[in-house]
Amino acid sequence: MLKILKYSFYDLMRSRWSYVYFVFYLLLGFVLLFLNNDVSKAVITLMNLIIVLVPLIATIFGVMYYYNSKEFTELLLAQPIKRTSIFLGQYLGVAGSLSLSLILGLGIPFFLYGLLRSNAIWDFSLLLVTGTFLTLIFAALAFNIALSNDNKIKGFGYAVLLWLFLAVIYDGLFLMSLIVFEEYPLDNFSLVATMLNPVDLSRTLILLKLDISALLGYTGAVFKKFFGTNFGFILSVFVLILWTIIPIWRLLLKSRRKDF
Amino acid sequence: MIKVVDLHKKFGKNQVLNNLNLIIEGGGIFAVLGPNGSGKTTLIKSILGMVRMDKGKIEVLDQAVKTNWKYRKEINYLPQIANFPGNLRVGELIRMIVDLRQKPDNSEELIDAFQIRPFLDKKLATLSGGTKQKVNIVLAFMFDSPLLILDEPTTGLDPAALIQLKKCIQTEKEKGKTILVTSHILQFVEEVAEGIIYLLEGKIYFKGSIEELKKQTGQTNFEHAIVAIATQKDHA
Repeated sequence: MLKILKYSFYDLMRSRWSYVYFVFYLLLGFVLLFLNNDVSKAVITLMNLIIVLVPLIATIFGVMYYYNSKEFTELLLAQPIKRTSIFLGQYLGVAGSLSLSLILGLGIPFFLYGLLRSNAIWDFSLLLVTGTFLTLIFAALAFNIALSNDNKIKGFGYAVLLWLFLAVIYDGLFLMSLIVFEEYPLDNFSLVATMLNPVDLSRTLILLKLDISALLGYTGAVFKKFFGTNFGFILSVFVLILWTIIPIWRLLLKSRRKDF
Repeated sequence: MIKVVDLHKKFGKNQVLNNLNLIIEGGGIFAVLGPNGSGKTTLIKSILGMVRMDKGKIEVLDQAVKTNWKYRKEINYLPQIANFPGNLRVGELIRMIVDLRQKPDNSEELIDAFQIRPFLDKKLATLSGGTKQKVNIVLAFMFDSPLLILDEPTTGLDPAALIQLKKCIQTEKEKGKTILVTSHILQFVEEVAEGIIYLLEGKIYFKGSIEELKKQTGQTNFEHAIVAIATQKDHA
């Protein structure tokens, strides 16, 4: 598996897109720091962008890589290599190179600005950790979609829909249900609903860490009470890990049953 | 060497292989023939484990295909369509496969024999169909494995490369290898193959030597014999 990972990674590192992605984050980091002139504020702005953008890029990139490397996959399938190793290696290659672009692209400007001397370092690290989780989750979901659809156009369509649903539509439905059922106690419902969507979960985690939950009113207080504790934090991370493992597990299961 | 028992495979509603049984003992060159869509490539891909069988059992060198993947160490495979990752260079691709298989290789000799040395630094996407096929052949012949599976090896080759290919096949045969080859170029088949396996409607319709085939169909010409066997069923 490590060899497949090595070649996928190497292949991606040579492709233009990894650099475009890296340079984009690099510029974003510098511009935000320049405009905000403050690490903490830049982290908040960055969060809003990362929460939406990272899933989108991981989804599109994952689907694109799978379809583009179809020939490579077929070549590997005839070699004495385990199927699960081929797919796991390719997946980790994509998710790894995207995560690396994210971490280096944002890390370098913040580091140069004096992140280590500011007290936003933990907030910033949490931002990078959730960003990495989102990359892993959405790349795995994208691979699942691509593996189940031989038709490229369909695969792309489903992938974009999935992103749209989790990043935008889910929030709309969530808010609507809060309004419709406002006469009922909704604390537990909103906690569970937040847990079920990795995008919302990441957003809440960072918001609470940034200590701006006061902005969220009563819900914020409930959330703070839950996520602010060690138990809440550990549970959230556990759910993010589940969100990562389940798609990977299905990916491996599906790849074992596919004809090439 | 290869044992296929009761193999079934369906793609959607299309029953491609239907209760196929085949035993190939070691040594010699066997041509898998049959009309388009008769299941030749599906059979080969089932043997390689790329296509999952619906029912049945395949053993290669006494190892079950279904649960295993290590048996592929003993197989060199030449795929029908030479699809390679386009942004790799020819030399990189060859080195990568050598690295993945961890076996001694004779790629240098083959690169010279098929005259692809000038292309080693070129990206695979920029190569012509025939040159890609030559790269494909180098990849398939560079390891020393007891079983070779060649799916349409002659596609797009120029006469010089074709002669080289035949030479390679003969050398491998002399080493006592088992070679499975599919082709629609009957002249090529007649020249290299010893045994014929004729597939029709997902079953083995005929298995034997070229002489036996000619005798059975009452034809003196190989080409006519192949056509005759395909139509024989309709008369029966």
